[in-house]
Amino acid sequence: MIAATEQLGTYLESFTEFQKRAAGRDLPWLRELRESAFARFCEVGFPTTHDEDWRFTNVSAIAKTPFELARDAKVSKREVEQFGVDGPGCHLIFVNGRFARELSSIGQLPAGVSVNSLGEELSANSSDVESHLGRYLNIQRDVFSALNTAFAEDGAYVHVRRGVVLTDPIYLLFISTTSDKPVMTHPRNLIVVGDEAQATIVEDYVSIGETPAFSNTATELVAGENAVVSHYMVEREHRQAFNISTLRIQQGRSANVSSHSVLFGGGLVRNNVHPVLAGEGGECLINGLFIGNGRQHLDNYMLVEHASPHCASRQFYNGILDDHAHGVFHGRIIVHKDAQKTDAKQTNRNLLLSDDARIDTKPQLEIYADDVKCTHGATIGQIEENALFYLRSRGIDEIAARKLLLLAFANECLDRMAEGGAREHVEKLIHVHLLQIANSVTRLPGATVGVDAGRNLEEIG
Amino acid sequence: MSLLEIKNLHVSVDNHEILKGIDLAVNAGEVHSIMGPNGSGKSTLAQVLARREAYEVTAGEILYNGKDLLAMKAEDAACEGVFLAFQYPVEIPGIGNAYFMRSALNAIRKYHGLDEMDAMDFLPLFREKLKLLEMDEKLLNRSVNEGFSGGEKKRNEILQMALLEPKLAVLDETDSGLDIDALRIVAKGVNTLRGPERAMIVVTHYQRLLNYIVPDFVHVLVNGRIVRSGGPELALELEETGYAVPA
Ligand SMILES: Nc1ncnc2c1ncn2[C@@H]1O[C@H](COP(=O)(O)OP(=O)(O)OP(=O)(O)O)[C@@H](O)[C@H]1O
Ligand SMILES: [Mg+2]
Repeated sequence: MIAATEQLGTYLESFTEFQKRAAGRDLPWLRELRESAFARFCEVGFPTTHDEDWRFTNVSAIAKTPFELARDAKVSKREVEQFGVDGPGCHLIFVNGRFARELSSIGQLPAGVSVNSLGEELSANSSDVESHLGRYLNIQRDVFSALNTAFAEDGAYVHVRRGVVLTDPIYLLFISTTSDKPVMTHPRNLIVVGDEAQATIVEDYVSIGETPAFSNTATELVAGENAVVSHYMVEREHRQAFNISTLRIQQGRSANVSSHSVLFGGGLVRNNVHPVLAGEGGECLINGLFIGNGRQHLDNYMLVEHASPHCASRQFYNGILDDHAHGVFHGRIIVHKDAQKTDAKQTNRNLLLSDDARIDTKPQLEIYADDVKCTHGATIGQIEENALFYLRSRGIDEIAARKLLLLAFANECLDRMAEGGAREHVEKLIHVHLLQIANSVTRLPGATVGVDAGRNLEEIG
Repeated sequence: MSLLEIKNLHVSVDNHEILKGIDLAVNAGEVHSIMGPNGSGKSTLAQVLARREAYEVTAGEILYNGKDLLAMKAEDAACEGVFLAFQYPVEIPGIGNAYFMRSALNAIRKYHGLDEMDAMDFLPLFREKLKLLEMDEKLLNRSVNEGFSGGEKKRNEILQMALLEPKLAVLDETDSGLDIDALRIVAKGVNTLRGPERAMIVVTHYQRLLNYIVPDFVHVLVNGRIVRSGGPELALELEETGYAVPA
């Protein structure tokens, strides 16, 4: 790998500034963590397509751009409302990577639950943060994680202690605002769910305005023994946005974690999901839906590490790609030597709505144990003309019919999400987005464009 | 004026002429049966009536209710009251049967300026039709036709017809593959819809169906042309002699 960091000077400047004022700058462990991470970033630079993990995704546009750290900005309550993050539960709002207390509502939390901004925890020198932060992400292997760690300062800190069941989701809304220069943010989240505890976290990335921005996010999620955790990642930034996200999951014995990624915004998007099934009997569901059009590039990269026996992992990703959109599904599964009786499954299904849309799908199995079950499969198809005609022959107009068929395909992913506020939130977003796609893929001359967003879609499926 | 008037209809698929000049007039209240050998063009005619665009009309015209049917899109024809019971109903995974039918009914209601029906009003209606077709309530929320048996699929077509109450129903081999009990049920469903304001075109290979749905006219389609027309007795005769064109 070559050190393709043309803008090293800008990063160096930013980092020097950052170290002078960042939260927790006086904590030796944190200083060291940031410095070693930054050194690693300088050493390896951004990946190129010669790197096997980045074969299908060219990040030279990121490497070339002189991103500066985003400045604080004011966002009104009304501006936040448009994003529809208003269900029951905790809402943490971040503006340009920084916690906005006045926009957030943490509400009444049960005993044993801490929810705060990571920045405040660092300023308070929380020992809990010290014992977890940076312990799971691999900054040697992944340069974006290194870059995030170098600039890690704010994001969400969630700790659900042993045995506590949190029914309402915790929403983390990350808003990036306009700027006269290209800016970057490095949100960093730490989520610790103790033994036998239960929680649902939603990370939702949005933008106001349309200037180039780079969100490089990282989340460390620790699930204790028998813990049940659902994590949602929603990317719906504007088309000038670069979004690289990494979710690193550490699973204890019999922990059950579901990761749901829903990508439909952003210009260049890479979503890394990296669970390590470290304790026996763990289960991990990695569920994803990516919907691209225009020139969007949506890359889903999974690294599932089976490090203990009797664990099960399921990867299910559905992609819908229109226009010149390019999707990537790269599912890597590593079964370590002692992880006998591993049961790993991987499925990627794609609908290509135009001749120019493209999907690269790549399973990569590395198996070092001898008693394991691993399967993978991928399909690529179009909207079925037969099905479309059948719906239309019953009076449903072409756009509504297309939307129904797209929704049916998306429903395969929605059906894997547990009932509740988090699912309802993403379901709403998906419906609105699919209607837009259904509208734009009607290329028949003279086709009427009927908007039917008000239809109740609850009973589908 | 006839409800349906087909004049000199020529239809091609992939530059291959399948219908070679069809003339047919169907009045409201009538049931016409179309019989004919495999590949003679029966389904092609049915699909053209339902406005499948893949079939290219190279000559001729179709007047439906005085309007130019060929100018209509599939959904508009449906909203105007044309219904096709498919020879091979399509499976649509991920869309519930009840939801699908309510969407269809509401699309048609909307077209006629009527209020949409909510789930509360729709379900009793849907249940009533399920009962008429002696179908299991479980089929209510199963995906459209997915995992249905052949007979269930055909009954589901008639159930849809019963719900949508078309003016012109085209049944394409709805009887094929049905056992005698299912055939009776389907025929009962069809017969409840017979009425002076409705017309039906029943495509079949078997005169058996016509014992239950007695047609007013029988037409024989061979090689893209209607070669004979007559009353119900023609179906019986065909059963004896086959479709050979009389000299
Ligand atoms: N897409 C197509 N491309 C080329 N030929 C086609 C296509 N669809 C149908 N045909 C041909 O058109 C002819 C008429 O087909 P059609 O399905 O209308 O016959 P049919 O009378 O309904 O037959 P059956 O009794 O078997 O259902 C057949 O020879 C068939 O092979
Ligand atoms: Mg046929």
